[in-house]
Amino acid sequence: MKQTLLSLSNLTKQFDGKKVLDSLDLDIFDGEFITLLGPSGCGKTTLLRMMAGFEHPDDGTIALGDQDLTHTPPEHRPLNTVFQNYALFPHMSVFDNVAYGLKMEKRPKQEIRERVEDALAMVQLEDFARRKPHQLSGGQQQRVAIARAVVKRPKVLLLDEPLSALDYKLRRTMQVELKRLQRELGITFVFVTHDQEEALSMSDRVVVLKDGLIQQLGTPREVYERPANLFTARFVGETNFFPGRVDKANGDDTITVDVFGLKRTFRKPDFPVSGGQSLHVLLRPEDIRVLAPDDEDGVAGKIVERNYKGSTLDSVIHLEDGTEVLASEFFDEDDPTFDYRLGEPVKVSWVDGWEWLLPTEPEALPEEEGTDA
Amino acid sequence: MRSLTQQPFRAAVLVLVWGWLLFLVLTPNLLVVGASVMTRDPGSFISLPLTLDAYRQLLDPLYLEVFLHSLYMAAMTTLVCLLIGYPFAWALSKVGKRNQVLLIFLLIVPFWTNSLVRTYALKLILATNGLLNNGLMSLGVIDGPMQLLYTEGAVIIGLVYLLLPFMILPLYSVFEDLREDYLRASHDLGAGRLSTFIHVIVPLTLPGVLAGIMLVLLPAMGLFFVPDILGGSRNLLVGNVIKNQFLDARNWPFGAAASILLTLAMAFLMFAHRLSKRRIGEDGV
Repeated sequence: MKQTLLSLSNLTKQFDGKKVLDSLDLDIFDGEFITLLGPSGCGKTTLLRMMAGFEHPDDGTIALGDQDLTHTPPEHRPLNTVFQNYALFPHMSVFDNVAYGLKMEKRPKQEIRERVEDALAMVQLEDFARRKPHQLSGGQQQRVAIARAVVKRPKVLLLDEPLSALDYKLRRTMQVELKRLQRELGITFVFVTHDQEEALSMSDRVVVLKDGLIQQLGTPREVYERPANLFTARFVGETNFFPGRVDKANGDDTITVDVFGLKRTFRKPDFPVSGGQSLHVLLRPEDIRVLAPDDEDGVAGKIVERNYKGSTLDSVIHLEDGTEVLASEFFDEDDPTFDYRLGEPVKVSWVDGWEWLLPTEPEALPEEEGTDA
Repeated sequence: MRSLTQQPFRAAVLVLVWGWLLFLVLTPNLLVVGASVMTRDPGSFISLPLTLDAYRQLLDPLYLEVFLHSLYMAAMTTLVCLLIGYPFAWALSKVGKRNQVLLIFLLIVPFWTNSLVRTYALKLILATNGLLNNGLMSLGVIDGPMQLLYTEGAVIIGLVYLLLPFMILPLYSVFEDLREDYLRASHDLGAGRLSTFIHVIVPLTLPGVLAGIMLVLLPAMGLFFVPDILGGSRNLLVGNVIKNQFLDARNWPFGAAASILLTLAMAFLMFAHRLSKRRIGEDGV
């Protein structure tokens, strides 16, 4: 059912001796919404530009179906780009901007007009055809950029951080609109962003990139709930890293792990474990349970920060050994006034089975608390 | 808002600026306009009654020919400047920052020498026994010296030499502002190099082209010392006519009318430049 449309293999690129992409392989499926996610400098934009044809790989190939695109110039690739700052031609009207690609194809006038009007209607800008780009708001310019790219009916639409210039509310609206467009058009979307929330909420699959290497490739749920490594865990969402030590492996596919002196039973991870081995126990803030100080379960600590977030109450708890724990709790219907005082003693626990285990990694880990076991 | 009397500094600055503009810009121009509609007077330069004789004289076939020839030489100068300056400015915007500073510096260095002196230097190069002829003869490219000096070509070479930086600088500034993304978008939408040049690069650099034309075409009609030194008697500019009317022929009304002609041409070019900038959504200057 899932058919590979765009196949990237062994892509390598260096700038000034620095490896931006390192033998990267990626298969993009027909009709999917795939997001390249990573911090700046991770290679995501270079990768997108390579698909568009603006950058050329030092090594490796790009193929669309069985057509090799590696050395095809951008104007002959059936892919179109929505640029970060839209790059609308400032001297042309909205209509002429959208019509540009079709004029280059030398389509008949009548067809151009119909298709441009359809594209503008699709992004709800049919009344703005005569305006110049500088007479439009940021969100409207964004929609013109999308119309200009999709009017060419590309096989793949490449989107280079298209929402980063918009304010928060508009960004949310455009996220929904982009999803709708993708469903209606059935075009494959390759979306580049550094915003993990955006990546999770929009994509069918997420590619987490760092230093030109794929860290993880999976559905948003897999990436969030089962991060492949510490980088992904840290980059996608907020995470508590608790130091754990394997007490013993049980026969029934579980292991007993010592966390803050508590013996907890966890599912056996898919990496090999042995008694006495250190590992990371990852818990998302919403997995944390904050208990009363006299509860028999949990680790003692005290509240050092509380942030009212509307639907949740986010707090930071200082454990006795200095570890900081982030907790995010939903408001309870039975206790609408639920809140914490700063300095209030509490105990911290979690729901067993919601944890995720990762092996310790050899490299030094920057400035995060609670990471080294 | 406090009144101006309560803000002496503000008031002083405004008076200074307005005073400067009134007495040193507006008044001289009004005097020129005034002189152009008066009668020539051998004793006191100009006198009443008011007349449009000077403007009528502009249409005299003899002068019309001088003006057209002057316009032709200025237009050729502008064209040559544009043909050299456009790719030069484009390349300038592409080289690294360090080289950019160096190249712009080299472009500006000649301004440190008086342009009259530089024109004399050019005369030495173009003369019958000048550097260029001697060099070409010793290389065996030509058998005898070419007549370069006192030709239309010499005037155009001189004008190009003096005015080229004025074409390059505004073009450089528009090329600097030309975002790579526009070119990428054009290619992305299926345009090749030529289409991108015609449909995107040219329209987006048009304000710089017009600014360059403005800065080259009109001075090229006015730099009277270039034909004086390089051009001989047949290659006159409007600037020579104006100078001659004021200094030699003592016909102030006619000289004034000719200079108003240049001012009007300038106004027309500025209007066109403003339109071109408005087209791409920038505020006109």
